[in-house]
Amino acid sequence: MLNETTKEIKDRSALVVNPAKTCQPIGAMYAALGIHKCLPHSHGSQGCCSFHRMHLARHYRDPIAASTSSFTEGACVFGGKSNLKTGLENVFAIYKPDVVAVNTTCLSETIGDDLNDIILSTKIPEGKTVIYANTPSYQGSHVTGFSNMTKAMVTHLVNKNKLIGNGRLAVIPGYVEPSDMAEIKRMFAMMNVPITMFPDTSGVVNSPNTGKYEMYPEGGVTVEELSDLGNCESTIALGSFSSEAAAFELEKIADVEANVLNVPIGIKATDDMMMKVMEITGLEMSKELEFERGQLVDLMTDIHFHYHGKKVAIFGDPDIIIPMTEFVISLGMIPKYILTGTPGNAFEKAIGKILADAGIEDSKFKAGGDLMELHQWMKNDPVDMLIGNTYGKYISRAEDIPLIRLGFPILDRVGHSLFPVVGYKGAMRLIEKISTAFLDKYDRECDDDDFELVM
Amino acid sequence: MKDMNKLVDKILDAYPAKVMKNRKEHIVHKESDEISVINANTRTIPGIITNRGCAYAGCKGVVIGPIIDMVHIVHGPVGCSYYAWGTRRNKGRAKEGSKNFLNYCFTTDMQESDIVFGGDKKLAQAIKEAVETFNPRAISVSATCPVGLIGDDIHMVAKQAEKEYGIPVLAFSCEGYKGVSQSAGHHIANNKLMKDVIGTIDIPEEDKKPFSLNILGEYNIGGDEWEISRVLNKIGYNVLTTMTGNAEYEDIAKAHNADLNLVQCHRSINYIADMIEIKYGMPWMKVNFIGMENMSNTLRNIATYFGDADLISRTEQVIGQEMSEIKDDMAYYKNMCDGKTAMLFVGGSRAHHYQGLLGEIGMDTILAGYEFGHRDDYEGRDVIPYIKLDADTRNIEEITVEKDEKKYRLRIPAERLEELKKVLPLNNYAGLMADMKENSVVIDDLNHYETEAVIKALKPSFFGSGVKDKYMVQKMGIYSKQMHSYDYSGPYAGYKGAVNFARDTAAGIHTPAWSYTIPPWKKEPMLVGKVEGAEEAC
Repeated sequence: MLNETTKEIKDRSALVVNPAKTCQPIGAMYAALGIHKCLPHSHGSQGCCSFHRMHLARHYRDPIAASTSSFTEGACVFGGKSNLKTGLENVFAIYKPDVVAVNTTCLSETIGDDLNDIILSTKIPEGKTVIYANTPSYQGSHVTGFSNMTKAMVTHLVNKNKLIGNGRLAVIPGYVEPSDMAEIKRMFAMMNVPITMFPDTSGVVNSPNTGKYEMYPEGGVTVEELSDLGNCESTIALGSFSSEAAAFELEKIADVEANVLNVPIGIKATDDMMMKVMEITGLEMSKELEFERGQLVDLMTDIHFHYHGKKVAIFGDPDIIIPMTEFVISLGMIPKYILTGTPGNAFEKAIGKILADAGIEDSKFKAGGDLMELHQWMKNDPVDMLIGNTYGKYISRAEDIPLIRLGFPILDRVGHSLFPVVGYKGAMRLIEKISTAFLDKYDRECDDDDFELVM
Repeated sequence: MKDMNKLVDKILDAYPAKVMKNRKEHIVHKESDEISVINANTRTIPGIITNRGCAYAGCKGVVIGPIIDMVHIVHGPVGCSYYAWGTRRNKGRAKEGSKNFLNYCFTTDMQESDIVFGGDKKLAQAIKEAVETFNPRAISVSATCPVGLIGDDIHMVAKQAEKEYGIPVLAFSCEGYKGVSQSAGHHIANNKLMKDVIGTIDIPEEDKKPFSLNILGEYNIGGDEWEISRVLNKIGYNVLTTMTGNAEYEDIAKAHNADLNLVQCHRSINYIADMIEIKYGMPWMKVNFIGMENMSNTLRNIATYFGDADLISRTEQVIGQEMSEIKDDMAYYKNMCDGKTAMLFVGGSRAHHYQGLLGEIGMDTILAGYEFGHRDDYEGRDVIPYIKLDADTRNIEEITVEKDEKKYRLRIPAERLEELKKVLPLNNYAGLMADMKENSVVIDDLNHYETEAVIKALKPSFFGSGVKDKYMVQKMGIYSKQMHSYDYSGPYAGYKGAVNFARDTAAGIHTPAWSYTIPPWKKEPMLVGKVEGAEEAC
């Protein structure tokens, strides 16, 4: 497996091998699915839309509907205006969404289509809405695309005439799973804090099988809720890479205070979120959530010896792996390598601080890296476990170490869309996965003499 | 029996006028034995939720990507390379001493500055790094949308790199906006292989093996090629080259040394088979390795072509052996699936190929269509001279070849070939429609809305398509199987493959999960009340 990956590391400045990121439009499409009755529309070649639908459908094992401007060579020469106009007219006539969320592609960005101009000159049926985000594939990553589309929800839909406080918090969950979004909503409900979560893909891309296909399932934030965001008391934005742009936009246009926190993965990040909620609302901690936290600490003390001191490599999206790095440290593990494909100094700054606070010195971390480089680091100084998305399975097999699947995409296992990794419950689930992976490997490989019933 | 005309009208009624006019030509209700005209290989209307992909997907994703020992660099922003990484299931095993790059993903990851100032230099540097890091047998460069727009000259960069590093560097201008579907990309890829690779390595006469075959348009999805070759080898054939499943660069370079081209996927490669015949004198035969009868017929046809008595008798022997090994299993699964109906919407050939196999487990195909087929895939090759070339097709390079005086070799005497053409599908394909039953429907570029409508109206037991349709169909309580990836199973080709397909299909239709779709409280009246005396009885 990956036999051509050498231990010797040669500098590469132009060739990316086994990327740890993908392009903006897929993140924009995912975010758009978190609006109720929204059809994402990809303004570019139909291949982009096809790839994104394919990848999201594989990750969620759920239908992903999205339309495309189906560019041809002619559209590239004359501009995509007529393709988008025709596209929008057909979409509203045939698929009847409430909202269409248009994202650009490297193609339409390179030819310089002005979406604002095109959409303004298109006849949109009454009561229907079109929003758009510029998502050039040659900047940032899929996380940037998610961030841009989330910000576009604020830019295009928030009613700027602030009326009266609606007593709600705006919560931006970040590029996380629908199960995580549902868990965050549950936690706020237990705190008795009314929220508007956006985007909210829970119920949309993990919908039930009822024998009936709903093109627009029940989930998702509504246009009315989005329009009312300006009346929220405050915003909690989880994950700076995917959520802060929208929070700052809301602060800018409607003076709703932005609070940017980590995605609540692990005990500390979850504590931080709860503390912030209590600070903003003046409410006391929910008894039930405190109970769950106690169970988590109980688990952490009881089985720490399953993983304490183990070295781990973590890769994926910044907003997921920053708190995950913090979490493995709180479990007594050593995050030896931390790598994201998404560019951005903020990542290295955040990880650098977490490691420094923990007194961990000889770990490597990098933004804008690729999995070949991560693999070569591991070949030079091995670790005991890999944490990341499905693409880590090649390295995991090559190095014969367990892979804990976390982040996007997970194409070869199920669970991520149904069971959360955020919050205290999610932290317990992650511990279960980590512990089980180590013990399963031990049970499979140890001598008969060492095979134990109780562990 | 459903009135299919009514159904078709109902589907079309929901469309705006222009869309209706367009889609009408892509839908045919087969009412008799006659082959009707169907429109295909035309633009998808913007806004329509199509399953189609792009030229890049057809070029790198389908044709070039499976070549095992090449480093396939995708020149563009990261996404295009990323989505084609490990997603097609084109399996490959490198030969002793060769390298295998199938699990790798290579991209120049173009950034904004590359778009503004040009990406040529970055591409040249990426090729240099690929050579220094991996030392591959050859390199491919596939262009994505922005590359053509900003005018990067990938062919010049490739040429210079070839000179500098002494290995083949093949550049493909397969920008996603070219053509109207993946099909354009197949052409771009295969044309290049025809021009620059096939015919470049001769096998010395003394090393040539008798009965050498190429399998064209076979990508070894789920190991299909391995299963086909197992049977062919058993009979005594030598499979020289597969294009491009499980192939190495040199296999393709040697393809012209074989005795016969077998064409599996007509859409992706029939034109290359034609060109190889013109240039090297090797005829081609349309084959179908899917299903027991198709497989047996194909094997008999190949044996008839060679006309060797031993080969013919071994063919019958192997068919007998293989059939006897699977007949009980097939009967078992037929019993489970008999009388069910199927729909197939896949590829440029599979929607045709699988109908025989489905029939063998008792299932009628009531609707079929291709995502990126052309008219000849539906109506047969006789229609080729009458196909109008539109602007999108004309933008794809057409190459013509001439007889290679040195390497041209008649495989069998011309008169015998003409005789054989009367009985064998040599240089011929009758298309999908010829095999469809009466009152079936053929839909080209079937889209999201039409899929929902036909499923609702006809309620088949099996919908064979791709991952973009699968879950929508399953939400409707109907089993949908991915026919591109086989739902991660396979092989499905050949005899043993037929059993795998039958087993998976029977499981998909009969998995107990379907019986739970409607909860019991929605099926049965709820009893409220108390049975007198029940408590005392306990």
